[in-house]
Amino acid sequence: MAESGVTIHRTTSWSAGPGCHGNCGVLAHVKDDKVIKVEGDPGHPWNQGRLCPRCLAMTQYMYHKDRLRQPLKRVGERGENKWEAISWDEAFDYIETKMKDIRDKHGAESIVFQQGTGRDIGGWISMLAYAYGSPNWIFGLSGVACYTPRLMTMWATHGDHCVMDAAQWHEDRYDNPSYKVPESILIWGQNLNSSCPDGFFAHWIVDLMKKGSEIIVIDPRFTWLASRAKYWLQLRPGTDGALALGFLNVIVNEELYDEAFVNKWTNASFLVIDDGKKGQLLRESDISKNGKAENFVVWNSKSAGPAVWNSEKAAYIDESITPAKEGAFEVKLADGKTTSCKTVWAMLKESLSQYSPEKVSEITWVPEDKIVAAARFYAKSNPSALQWGLPVDTISATTPTSQAIGHLWCLTGNLDRPGGNVIARYPFDVTTYPFHSGINILDLPQETKDKRIGTWKYGAFRDFRAWAQPDMVLEQIFTSDPYPVKGMWIQTSNPIANTGLDPHKWHEALKKLDFVAVVDLFMTPTAMLADIVLPAASFLEKDSLKGWWVPLQAIQKVANVEDCRSDVDINFELAKRFKPDLPWKSVEDLYDHLLTPSGLTYSELCEKGWMIPPAGHSTAPYDRQEKGLLRKDGRPGYQTPSGKIELYSSWLEHWGLDPLPFYEEPPFSPISTPDLHEQYPLILTTGARSPAYFHSEHRQIPWLREIDPEPNIEMHPKMVQELGLRDGDMVYVENWMGRCKRRIKATPTIHPKVVMVSAGWWFPEKEAAEPSLFGVWDVNINQLIPMSHNGESGYGCPLKSILCKVYKAEEVANV
Amino acid sequence: MSDYGLLVDYEYCTGCHTCEVACKQEHRIEAGKTSGIKIVELLQELPGGGLDIINMPILTHLCYLCAPRIKNGQLPACQVHCMADILKFGKSEDLVKEVPKKRKAIVYTLSGFSI
Ligand code: SF4
Ligand code: SF4
Ligand code: SF4
Repeated sequence: MAESGVTIHRTTSWSAGPGCHGNCGVLAHVKDDKVIKVEGDPGHPWNQGRLCPRCLAMTQYMYHKDRLRQPLKRVGERGENKWEAISWDEAFDYIETKMKDIRDKHGAESIVFQQGTGRDIGGWISMLAYAYGSPNWIFGLSGVACYTPRLMTMWATHGDHCVMDAAQWHEDRYDNPSYKVPESILIWGQNLNSSCPDGFFAHWIVDLMKKGSEIIVIDPRFTWLASRAKYWLQLRPGTDGALALGFLNVIVNEELYDEAFVNKWTNASFLVIDDGKKGQLLRESDISKNGKAENFVVWNSKSAGPAVWNSEKAAYIDESITPAKEGAFEVKLADGKTTSCKTVWAMLKESLSQYSPEKVSEITWVPEDKIVAAARFYAKSNPSALQWGLPVDTISATTPTSQAIGHLWCLTGNLDRPGGNVIARYPFDVTTYPFHSGINILDLPQETKDKRIGTWKYGAFRDFRAWAQPDMVLEQIFTSDPYPVKGMWIQTSNPIANTGLDPHKWHEALKKLDFVAVVDLFMTPTAMLADIVLPAASFLEKDSLKGWWVPLQAIQKVANVEDCRSDVDINFELAKRFKPDLPWKSVEDLYDHLLTPSGLTYSELCEKGWMIPPAGHSTAPYDRQEKGLLRKDGRPGYQTPSGKIELYSSWLEHWGLDPLPFYEEPPFSPISTPDLHEQYPLILTTGARSPAYFHSEHRQIPWLREIDPEPNIEMHPKMVQELGLRDGDMVYVENWMGRCKRRIKATPTIHPKVVMVSAGWWFPEKEAAEPSLFGVWDVNINQLIPMSHNGESGYGCPLKSILCKVYKAEEVANV
Repeated sequence: MSDYGLLVDYEYCTGCHTCEVACKQEHRIEAGKTSGIKIVELLQELPGGGLDIINMPILTHLCYLCAPRIKNGQLPACQVHCMADILKFGKSEDLVKEVPKKRKAIVYTLSGFSI
């Protein structure tokens, strides 16, 4: 029951507001077009009434005095903080003129469209970019190091993404008869209760712990989860790949894998040419003149000769084939020569033999017995789930690392199994976030697509998703090679404070551009550098839809805040101006189009609120590879080039990358750069989450700021003492790139040789104009981390593991 | 004798601070002031060299068990929103019976509270 004059509106959250990628059901209490309270919706299967501090503080967020409420046009120099408030029409006219002028002079590709984290924006920003005619749509974090790298290796390995199964695909959740509570949950690099992970509700882990799941925690810090874990593995930051390979070594050597699953569903038996170099999968075209390159070859033990796997049919050419999983064979090629081959399984075993628990212990600092015990426990549990975090992306070796970690669920048969890692698809195949390419909204001609920055260098960008490679974009702003970059449209992203590594370089880059537009909810250090700033709406002020991963649901406007407009409305209006023949008349028309696969219109979805695909649908679990629900042709198997889980990846091979997982040291570490390590003896890791904030947001929200009032550096008391410092001291954290200022938080939860420096800090309460930019240069830790140190795949960056030193700074009253 | 109280299954309190903000929103308490609930984190170095963390929700002087909500047929704001679902309003005598089933739990009681 609500007080008089108050109406309660049901909606769901996504991004602007709490900032996250969650799906929480919310009840907004509204009086006179004003939200006066936000509560969780107990009837929503995602959060069952629960809500985090960020959503509960929405009233302070929406009506904050500093909220942007009108379009602002720069009147002084960039960064001077001199603005003129203008109307939306004036703003659209100005942007249209500026951008069309750049398009005429330099081509549409010379404007880059930058978004922040995975918000309710990916669809709409790509729509705008493509309507304008530019293929350059980026997420600005170096190496796109947020989820995309992991999604890429999952897609390459098993043709689909997967997430830990916390019964989120069932309306009745844990009570669903088909669901099983995981016996073990391996939490790889995620402090869940302080974060809200991608498409996952952190506290589901706690629900499952209460139901009996035991957890293994891999984290350089002793977190609350670590305190409740059966095993806590305190690894050296950035060595996750070695640890995963150590787990695989134990699982393979002790034969703890799921033999039947591996034999039936993986490419373990495929032959690889063993030429002493990188090797190459043997193809039918290698052994017979008319053979197809898409088909692979196994060794048939029965006939003692090669036999063909037909990829299109996802079956052997002859059913009676008994493929050998182990061994080396001499195979006659089409040209009459013979070549030595080994099975994928033999190659994998050989490469895993380099990662004995003893060796892995040396690399990772985790005691050998713990590695063995944790690996055994994960593999023997039935089912076991694996929940991984951003540290797997924010290392340069992200691709081989996520491949190794993914092999854990593949070898133990936990893929799409109840209580394991279930295949995650967009519900009802409704894509509200065109990750993979923009084509479900608008397409581009091939010659324009070929201009997408980075595609010429990185196959894993060309063939996976539609992002441009951000490090190369930044370089190109300075080099204009192969074509100039002249402008940037930045929508709810803050590269100067958060997504940009080496932020001074981003600063210089933005200053160099002819045109910068920023869409945001508050003025930020980045917005200060814009020519025009547009005020965006929070999730409570807009109509939208979401399906990532489940349920499919409507986001419905409950109130207006002055002149703020939703991202989609802004982009739709501009898209129409750039492409007058846009196929939809209105945003709702666009939503209806996106919803086509669900059979619903947008207004029908609004009425329902949310929907979960029913069992038996190809976007609902379980065991879909057996039921033929994963492949378009309805045959059993996976959507990979071979139809199998590719333990040895044909995609990676195709891109010139190592097809099997391996370990690579972080580019700056005691081992890779011993000279630097001598000068900078501490391992710097960053990106720890705060329960109060989402990345660089929310520092101006009083109820949130008091939870986490100032930026700090976590150091072990022993190290603090060794350096002659004290808890609470102001210090500089410094390396060859730069420095920032922090207050010491001495805590035994961190390894003495490691420091954790929180990210995303700036001070909305400080001077906005240059050179201050809200005090961002005093505290931004990204000043110590370079761009362009990606992995070979073009993904990943050295955020989780770099070097630094720490020394006392003069006390400054209000830093 | 206190009739009503709040069961706190603090073994699972993650220290997410949701309850504090929920209480502040419900009762319009400004930032900087303690609300009806406060989370205290205890980090303990154990004799054998290990560590332990306990997050303890403390019900403060201001907690009145959300009396108006209860009268309205609703549950306390902190209970509804608690991320770990560890807070439970009820009759003290019923709540006390649940304590032995938990690893670490307590019941806060409020004297003079009636519905
Ligand atoms: S951060 Fe988590 S709890 Fe908060 S609204 Fe988002 S998904 Fe829900
Ligand atoms: S019961 Fe109500 S008053 Fe007491 S702490 Fe919870 S929200 Fe605050
Ligand atoms: S909301 Fe629940 S889990 Fe979070 S701090 Fe409060 S009592 Fe603990």
